[in-house]
Amino acid sequence: MNKTMTVARREWASYFATPLAYVFVAIFLMLSSAFTFYMGGFYERGQADLMPFFSFHPWLYLFLVPAISMRSWAEERKSGTLELLLTLPIRLRDAVLGKFLAAWAFLALALALTFPLWITVNYLGDPDNGAIVASYVGSLIMAGAFLAIGQALSALTSNQVIAFILTVVVCFLLVLAGHPLVLDAFAGWAPQAVVDTVASFSILQHFDAIQRGVIDLRDLLYFAGLMAVWLVATAVIIDMKKAE
Amino acid sequence: MIEVHHLCKRFGDFVAVKDLSFAVKPGEVLGFLGPNGAGKSTTMKMITGFLRPDAGNVVINGIPYEDDPLAARQAMGYLPEGAPAYGDMTVLEFLEFIADVREIPSAERENAIVRVVRQVELEAVLEKPVETLSKGFKRRVGLAQALIHDPQIFILDEPTDGLDPNQKHQVRDLIRNLSREKIVIVSTHILEEVTAVCSRALIIRRGEKVFDGLPSELLAQSVYRGAVSVVTASPMEVSWQGLLGQAEILRVERVAPDHWLVVPREGRDIFEQVEAWCRTQEMPIRSLYREPGRLEDVFRRLTLGG
Repeated sequence: MNKTMTVARREWASYFATPLAYVFVAIFLMLSSAFTFYMGGFYERGQADLMPFFSFHPWLYLFLVPAISMRSWAEERKSGTLELLLTLPIRLRDAVLGKFLAAWAFLALALALTFPLWITVNYLGDPDNGAIVASYVGSLIMAGAFLAIGQALSALTSNQVIAFILTVVVCFLLVLAGHPLVLDAFAGWAPQAVVDTVASFSILQHFDAIQRGVIDLRDLLYFAGLMAVWLVATAVIIDMKKAE
Repeated sequence: MIEVHHLCKRFGDFVAVKDLSFAVKPGEVLGFLGPNGAGKSTTMKMITGFLRPDAGNVVINGIPYEDDPLAARQAMGYLPEGAPAYGDMTVLEFLEFIADVREIPSAERENAIVRVVRQVELEAVLEKPVETLSKGFKRRVGLAQALIHDPQIFILDEPTDGLDPNQKHQVRDLIRNLSREKIVIVSTHILEEVTAVCSRALIIRRGEKVFDGLPSELLAQSVYRGAVSVVTASPMEVSWQGLLGQAEILRVERVAPDHWLVVPREGRDIFEQVEAWCRTQEMPIRSLYREPGRLEDVFRRLTLGG
């Protein structure tokens, strides 16, 4: 566990060693506010809640999380530090987890910095703060799932751009798994059970309840499961592709 | 003690390492030689546990690597090829990170860092990001990283590659000074390094061992062993016909306008013969000496020959 934290601390510091962290946070805050006020109709709805804010998170994460995750393993591979890291007395799982936790904590920081919106909505009206907390938690867990996918795909390549594009595509398909855009590809030939299974993997559907402030154990398990599966995949990919 | 048993590694159809076995005892500095692509780095990657061998295993102090990978890695200091380091960290931050991962207790951490910084002379760049350093400094950061936990085993993959002659000299001194009970494996394709720092040389070709012995034994295999260098006072033309007629002389090579190499038939000592002949010719000799042998020719023969 100590080693996990050592890796996480190094990773965390590396975000702030370059302008990356600041640029990311600034863009995240600008985009999330712009979506909330212009596209979400924050004022026009006349309701004191953060629905317009949270409902855009899947779309925001779709592009911003891969921007964070793309470098995590691709860069290690490219610069040769992968060999250094994996010949240090660290378990692979500690290294994978450490990197993941650092990136996740960073996304949590960006999310936490949206607190002025929360203050605003409390100033303007009388929102259900329990629901807002639930939505924040749900949003963070969803971000973790995107991140795990991104890190696994980053482990596949030494090219960050490829890692970014792959992650966007995979996440996009998962976000829209319940949408005809994806389902139609299966509907023609696959049995209904398969189509339903695919649909049940939709990030949008699982996030839908959460953004209304309802935390259902099944939704949490879904995102936790996504994270676990993709983190294990990360470790497997790194182990298999070490020689390249 | 580090034992390598029948290591094999292939990448697709390419056989990188083929049934390679050797052992290194404490106090030995093993020079690991071979042309580029012979499998030196692949072998080192297997010894340090980065790559899993297809067959065979590595035993460290009696314990097979796979029985306790973390202990094995902790016992080793490894400088990977190209001395990779996290470019965005300063040298100090990087060494602190390595010290933490190596679980050096915080009370000793500072001493350990001070010690390695002095050993490889990094004082001037401690606060600079690694990516801004020159190649020589980067290599030294890599060495510091491998030395920081004072391991028993050092695996150094081309530690002097890309360094200038002064820096090379410094790194060789460092390797020589690693205390007596350590195990050092150094890969290189620079032959002078072998006689300069190694107590033993191991040459591989296409993943197979072709020589394992003392550097002096390597020299002894040279066709130039016992050849006589003749250096004249000024560049000149010399007819060696008279000497070439003698039974012990194989051939004469011109090395430079004023420098010839008289090569004997195998095992013959021709020094006095050559000296006498030069005197009869009244050549203006600047120096005349026996060659200890040339590693280049042995290396070429071992790594190119059928």
